[in-house]
Amino acid sequence: MSVPSVEEKAKKAREKKALYGTDVDLESYESEAREHEAVEKAEELPSEVKKAALDVGVKLDAEASGAYVQMDQTPVVAKSLYEGVEIMDMASALKKYDSLQDYWWKLVAPDADKYTADVAEAPPAGYFIRAKKGMKTVFPVKSCLYLGSTNLNQRVHNVIIAEEGSELHVITGCTTPSHVQRGLHIGVSEFFIQKNAKVSFTMIHSWGKEVEVRPRTGITIAEGGSLSNNYILLRPVKTIQTFPTATLAGRGAVASFNTVIYSTMGNIDVGSNVNLNAPETSAESISRVVSVGGEVIARGRMTGRVPGARAHLECVGLLLSDKGRIYSIPELDGQSRDLDMSHEAAVGRISEEELEYLMARGLTSEQATSVIVRGFLDVEIKGLPEELKQEIKNITQREDLRGA
Amino acid sequence: MVFSSAIFFCYFSSAIFLLQKGIIFPGEISIAYSEVIGLLDINNLYASIGGKQVLKDVNLHIGQGETHALFGPNGTGKTTLLNVIAGIPRYVVDSGSITFKGKDITRMSMDERARLGIGMAFQRPPAIRGLRLKDLIKIINPQADAPSILKRMDFEGFGDRDVNRGFSGGEVKRSEMVQLLAQQPDFVMLDEPDSGVDLENIKLIGEAINTLTQKDIRPSARTKSGIIITHFGHILEYMKTDRAHVMLDGSIVCSGNPKEILEQIKKSGYEGCVACLCPA
Repeated sequence: MSVPSVEEKAKKAREKKALYGTDVDLESYESEAREHEAVEKAEELPSEVKKAALDVGVKLDAEASGAYVQMDQTPVVAKSLYEGVEIMDMASALKKYDSLQDYWWKLVAPDADKYTADVAEAPPAGYFIRAKKGMKTVFPVKSCLYLGSTNLNQRVHNVIIAEEGSELHVITGCTTPSHVQRGLHIGVSEFFIQKNAKVSFTMIHSWGKEVEVRPRTGITIAEGGSLSNNYILLRPVKTIQTFPTATLAGRGAVASFNTVIYSTMGNIDVGSNVNLNAPETSAESISRVVSVGGEVIARGRMTGRVPGARAHLECVGLLLSDKGRIYSIPELDGQSRDLDMSHEAAVGRISEEELEYLMARGLTSEQATSVIVRGFLDVEIKGLPEELKQEIKNITQREDLRGA
Repeated sequence: MVFSSAIFFCYFSSAIFLLQKGIIFPGEISIAYSEVIGLLDINNLYASIGGKQVLKDVNLHIGQGETHALFGPNGTGKTTLLNVIAGIPRYVVDSGSITFKGKDITRMSMDERARLGIGMAFQRPPAIRGLRLKDLIKIINPQADAPSILKRMDFEGFGDRDVNRGFSGGEVKRSEMVQLLAQQPDFVMLDEPDSGVDLENIKLIGEAINTLTQKDIRPSARTKSGIIITHFGHILEYMKTDRAHVMLDGSIVCSGNPKEILEQIKKSGYEGCVACLCPA
C-alpha cells in the first residue's frame, strides 16, 4: 500500500474542523490574490508596507541578518545580508533543494484540519530560513507578512532550519493596513532546531477587527538545542486560534514560550503544547493576558514522558472589564517517574493595594491602572539580543494600553 | 477644642494688637493664622474599617515645620490614623474632620491629597511587577534626580529592579524613602520606617527624614512637617521630633515632649506612661 501524498491527505481533510477555535468559512474568502512586484531590498518597499512593519516592531531599514516580506501571496523581498543565514521564498527553496522534502509537512500534518489542508493545496509561499552549521547571528532576520487585500485568504508555509551549533533570531510581524476590511491568514510553520542550536522566534500580530487568523506551528528541538518563542498580540482581531506544538526530542533540549496579550474584542484562543520526550529537557510557558473586552482562552499543555524532565506553566490574567472573559486552561500530563512539573494560574482584577500605593504618590486612578497594566505586560524574556528586547519593550509599553 | 480656641484667641488678639501698632503688616497675619490652625488639623475624628470603629475622637494638630511621633501598642489605631489621613478608600470617616493647608480634605480622593502635598511611607507596601523603581521616581516627579536620590539611600543597584519585588524588609523601607525624596511632600507620614532595618541604614533613613522635614534648616524657615510611628525609638536618635503622642484604643490620650514620653514608655509601658504624664 502506498503512502498517501500531501495532496491526497489534504484533499480528505478539506472539511475537517479544527479541535479548537471558532470555525471559519473558507469559501467566503478569495484564494486568488493579485501579484505584487518584487523589490531588490526591503528599503525599496512601498512606504505603507514599511510603516505597517514598523508598527509591529519590524524596522526594515535597521541592521538585520536579512529580511523576508510577503505581500498577500507574493514574496516581494527574500534577502540575506549575512553569509551565515540563507533566506529564500519557499517556492524557490523547494526547487533548489530536493532534500527540503525531508522537512516539508513533517511537523505539521497536512490533514490536521481544514486550514492546514487549505495551505497544502495552495501553491507554496512563505519563507525558508536556514542558519548554517556553527554560524551565530546576533542581528535578527526580519520578516513581515502583510495582508493588504480585503477578503483575501493569505496562506503561508514557512520552514526554519537551525543547523548544528547555530544561533538564529527571527522577528516576524504580521499585519494588515487599516483599509483592509476583512481577511483570513493561515500560516503553517515548521521549525527544526538541530543539535546545540539556539533559536529565538518573536511574532508580533497586529490585525484588523474583521481578520481571522489560524497559525499552525510544529517545532522539534534536538539535543542541547533551545527555543525562545515569543508571541505578542495587542491589537484588535476577530478570531485567532493557535496551539504551537514543540517536541523536545534530544537530551537537554529547552523550550520557553512567552505570550503577551491585550484583548479588546474578538475570540483569541492561544497557547502552547510541549512534549518533553528526552532526558534533562525543560520547558516553560508564561502568559500574561489583559482583557478589557473579548474572549481569551489561554491554553498550556506540557507532557512529560521521561524521568528528570522539568516543566512549568504560568498563566496570569487581568480582567479589567465585565465585557471580557479570560479562560485559563493549564494542563500537565506526567507519564513517567521523577518529573518536576508545575503550574500557576491566576485571573483577577488589579490589586487595590497596588492602585492605592501609586495613588498615594499622586497618580490618578487611570494613570496608576495604566502603569500597572504596562508593568504586567512587561514579560522578562531570556535569550534575546538586547536590541530585540528593547523593540519588544517598546511594543508592550505603548501608552495606549490602559484599563477599561 | 477649648484649648485651641484659647490659643487662637491669644494669637488673634495679639495679631490685632501688633497690626494696630504697625509692627506687622496685614499679609503676615495669615502666617500667624496658619500657625494657629496648623498644617494638619484633625478634629473629633471617628473612623472605621470593615464596619469596625477603630478611631475614636482623635484630635491632632500639626503645625508647619513640626515633626511629631506617634506611639502606642499594636492594634491601637496608629496605622489606621495614617491611612485615614492618606485617604485610602477602605477606611471610612464616620464623623469629624481633617483639614490640610486650610482645606477640608475629609472626603478628598487619595491622589488629590497626594498632589496637595501629603506623602506616606507605607509599613508594608506592595510589590509592582514590571515597574522599575527608577521609572516610578520619574513618574512621581519628572524633575527628580533619580541617580542622586538612589545614591543617597545607598540604593543604586535597585533602580532597575521592579518596585519592592523581592526586596528585604530593610530594602523596602529604603525604597519608600527614595520615593518620598522624589515626591517631596509638605507633610510626610512614616509608618514604622525603621522596622526590619539594620543599624547602619536606620541612620540613613533618619537623615532622609530630617531632609524631608527640613530639620537641616533653621526652625522658623521650616515649612514641611511629618508624623512618624515607631515602636523602638532607635530612629529617633537620628532624627528630630518636636512633639509626641500616645495612642490607646483609638484615641490620642497623651501628648508632650518626645524624649520624656519615650522614657516613660520604656520605664512603665504605654498605659503607665499615660497614667504618669497625662493623668485623667
